[in-house]
Formats: sequence, C-alpha cells, structure tokens
Amino acid sequence: MTNSIYALLDHSDGKILPISWEVLAFGQRLAQDLERSLHPLILGRDAAALAQQVRGRKADSILAVQHEQLGEYQPDIYSESLRQILVEDRPDLFLMAHTYQNIDLAPRLAARLKSGLVTDCIGYKRLGDDLLFTRQMFRNKINADVRIHSTPPRMVTLQSGAVSSDDVLQGSCSVAERSVDLSQVEVIRKSLEVVASSKERVDLGKAEIIVAVGRGIKEAENLEIIQELADVLDAEIGASRAAVDSEWLERSRQIGSSGQTVSPRLYLACGISGAIQHVVGMRNSGCIVAINNDPNAPIFNIATYGIVADLLEVVPALTQKIKEVKGV
Amino acid sequence: MKLATCLKAVPGRESRYQLRADKPWIQDSDLTYDISECDEYALEEALKLKEQHGGEVVVVTAGPTGSEKSMRKALAMGAERGIRIVDESSELTSPYSVAAALAGVLDPEEFELILVGTQSDDYGYGQTGVILAELLGLPHATIVMQIDVDPDQRKVKALREMESGFFQWVEMPLPAVLMIQAGISQVRFPPLRGIMQARKKEIRSVQLSELKLEFASMPHLEIVDLYVPEAHTKAEMLEGNVDTLAETLVEKLRKEAKVL
Repeated sequence: MTNSIYALLDHSDGKILPISWEVLAFGQRLAQDLERSLHPLILGRDAAALAQQVRGRKADSILAVQHEQLGEYQPDIYSESLRQILVEDRPDLFLMAHTYQNIDLAPRLAARLKSGLVTDCIGYKRLGDDLLFTRQMFRNKINADVRIHSTPPRMVTLQSGAVSSDDVLQGSCSVAERSVDLSQVEVIRKSLEVVASSKERVDLGKAEIIVAVGRGIKEAENLEIIQELADVLDAEIGASRAAVDSEWLERSRQIGSSGQTVSPRLYLACGISGAIQHVVGMRNSGCIVAINNDPNAPIFNIATYGIVADLLEVVPALTQKIKEVKGV
Repeated sequence: MKLATCLKAVPGRESRYQLRADKPWIQDSDLTYDISECDEYALEEALKLKEQHGGEVVVVTAGPTGSEKSMRKALAMGAERGIRIVDESSELTSPYSVAAALAGVLDPEEFELILVGTQSDDYGYGQTGVILAELLGLPHATIVMQIDVDPDQRKVKALREMESGFFQWVEMPLPAVLMIQAGISQVRFPPLRGIMQARKKEIRSVQLSELKLEFASMPHLEIVDLYVPEAHTKAEMLEGNVDTLAETLVEKLRKEAKVL
C-alpha cells in the first residue's frame, strides 16, 4: 500500500478539530497532485462515529481505529497504535496536525519508525518526482524547503492556518475499521489532572478593540503608555506569550495558540514580532496595526497598517492624537 | 541528583541574517553565538533542581568550536562540567543524528533527569529531545512549564502544555527526558565568580567518530533551499516622524478602515 497518503485527523469533544480539516485539505491537494490515494485516519474510543463526520469528503477509505484505551492521549498507547498501522501499510506519507499533542507524539513515533519528520510545515513543492516540504527557520524569519530521506512513511506535521479548511473537497468515502493490539504496551507516563491556565479569563473575545503588548515594551514601567492608549480607545489589553512569561500581564490576557483567539474590529500589536503562535490567535481581526522597530518582523505580513518605529515614542503620540480627534 | 542538560549554540536572537550564495545556509562567520533560548531555560531548571536536591549538572553539546563559549557560560551559571561532541565533518544536521550522538555520550553516565529545550532558535524542528528519549528508552514530556521531582521515590511530575491554555500534570519514573519551554522561569546571569570558576571546569571533548554511529541508516532532512519568504505584506507601511505617523494612522483608521 505504498503510493498512498495517510492523514491523522485529531478530535476533541466528539468533533474533528479545525486544524485537522486543514490537514485533510492538504492531503487532498497532495493526493490529487501526485495521483496517490488518500486515507484519513482516526484514533479514538469512538473512532467509527467520528469517521461519519468525514464521509462526505473526497478521500479513499477512512481508517477508523477504535479501542477503549484510545480515549485520552497517552504517548505510549498512541505511538504503538500508529506504529502498528503504519508498519503494516507503509504509506509513502503520513500527515498530522502540528498541535501541542502531536509535538509530543510525532517525533517519538518517527524515531520508532526511523521515519524522517518535517514539523510545522507550511507548504510543499514538487522537485521532479520528489517532494520538498517548506517550513520556517531562524525564529520564523527564513524559509527552508526540505527533502526527507528515510524509509516510508515520511512524516509531516502541518502548521495551523497554512492551508484553509475551506479548501476541503466534497465527495464520499467509505469507513474501514482497523484494530490494534495494545495488550503488550507498557504505559509508563501516567496522566494526572488537567488545569486551566487561570481561574478567570478576561473574555477578550467580546472586545471591539484590543491593544496588545509584546516583548518590545521592554519593561513593566512602560505598560503605562499602553494603558493610556487602551483607555482613550476604550479597548481591552491583550498580551503575547513573552509579555505574560515576563509577568508584565496576567496569563488570562494571553492571545495565541496557548491563549485566546480574538477577532476585534481593531487590533493594535505593539512590540509584537508576529510569531505564528501569536498570529493564529488574532489574524482574523478586522484591522490590524503593527508597531515594531524591526522592519523584518513577521507581524507586518498580516498587518493592515505597519509602523516601523520605537513604540515608546509612537504610542504616546497616538494616544495624544486620538484624544485631540475625540475632543477629550 | 545526576542531571544533564543538552544545549545548542545558535546565532544570537537579534541576528540579522544574510544568505549564502554557494549553499543553502546563512553567512555565519560574523555572527555572535549564544545558548539557544529554550536550552537556557532548560539549564536554569536543571540548576534549580540541583540547588533543591543536591547533585551535579552536566551540560552536553554537539557542535563546532564556536560552542565552547556557550559551554563556558553554562559552567559559569553553575553547571559542574561539560561534554562537547566534536563533529568535524558536519554530519549532525538532522534531529535523529544529533539525538543519536547525544545518546552516545549520555547513556553510559546514567543520568536521572535530562532536560532539553523544546526547540532550537535555528532549525526549530522541536524533535531532538523527544527522539533522544526514544533512543535512550526513557519516558518523556514536552512543552514543560513546571517540574516536581521526588528523587527518593524516583519519580518526576511535569506540567505539560496542551491546546488552548490548558495544562496537564503527568508522572513518570526516573530516569526521564523533559523538553522545557521558554518562559518557565527567569534565567540567571552568570555571576563574576562563576565566570572565573568556569575556566577551571572540565569540558571533555568526544570525537563523533568515537561514537561509531551509522549515519547512513538514519533518517535525514536535507535543506535543499533556504530563502527569505516573499513579504506578503499587504501592510501599508506608514512613513514620517513620530507625529506624522500618529496623525496618518488616526486619519486612516477613521477614514479608510472606519474603525475609529
């Protein structure tokens, strides 16, 4: 069964994750381009039921791997389940979503299979008969096209938002149930309690305007100018991970993959570089203003308006101007 | 406790990169190298655990001579000794081969806890530490934000990050490998006394060839092309002095974007 592409679809609370629809779209594009078969793969306690959500899409059969022990993620169990399927079938490519869960799982599985793995992939290119997978390096500043040299399956984790789930092709596919034998697996890592990052969230999802702060603010004292801007705009304050880790703002205000996703009509990113982990949380904002003294900051790739300058100078000037215009 | 940290020397965070014309890599001759960000946090965590439970911290790196400075910094921060894998032929460019080399020097010493940064500032694959755990046959956890060790019970609890701001405690027997996320704590500055003492601490060099690794059978990631991405900047970049910028922006937000 080589010359096939397998794509793991992750789920939560009984629904396929949004990023997994993106993985499916990516797989469909590859399958069409390379004339390969595409098999979505679902692991879970209710894999067969979950597979029903995928039936109306264009793919070859969905492999539903159902087992009592696949209810919650556990690396020993999940890697053994996938290893069994992938060793038996040896697809050419195995696609996964680049989620925190798969960051934990994929390299372990790849090592067990001696598969080459490209993580956080944002696209692919043909190179003759072969493929190159594109990913970002040097803190998202430079792109690399990477060729994987290994026995099949070659593995890829796909970055959130690299592909749109709107691109998922409709069609129909059957469900094939597959079983795995987990009787020999030693569960070494035990899962204990799950905790939320903070007891109360400031619900930034309702904010019309957000002023967000990143590393560029440099120190807590400078937050005052941000507060003044937020006050005059009647805005909420948001934070990048860097600002939260430095304890300038509470974790409840964090925006990004580890925090909240927001889409206010106006988002002012002050001293935020625009790393993907932040961007995924705010890129659907109506109007994005980026203020950063690094002209190469990736934030300018998604901003509506960009200002390359020292935010410690620009922000107070902006506050003053807005006050004038509002007659405050 | 016997603790190890793996660290990588990478171009400093503020580096502006130029690409080479002759091969897919950056021009690195003029760059200043420093410990990769996540690895610094991993080292800080190891030093804290040593302070809490006693023992030693050994730092391990695989890389060119430039990494000597990063090793001395780690020793100045408080690590007891270092091991540097010398790779004259630049074999160690894929996470699997790096992990195999690290395993080669770590395995014989039987560390109780190995701490590695979640991902490096240059490649950023985020795989090496996890592959290392697999090669050593040890349990692992990634994106770790808190550690709680019980050396007497030979157990470690780690708080790992999940999606959407949730965290999960997991428990593993020692020995284990933990991938540490940046921001877990505040990284200490090497004290002057530490810098002086670091000069006398041991850095043992191990030639890669001594480890007798078979790279041909390992998965390999080849960077075929390296380039600055086309700016998809639809962003309208504003110009002028501070007052002009403020004025132009407010004007555009009101009249064009109509959000003010």
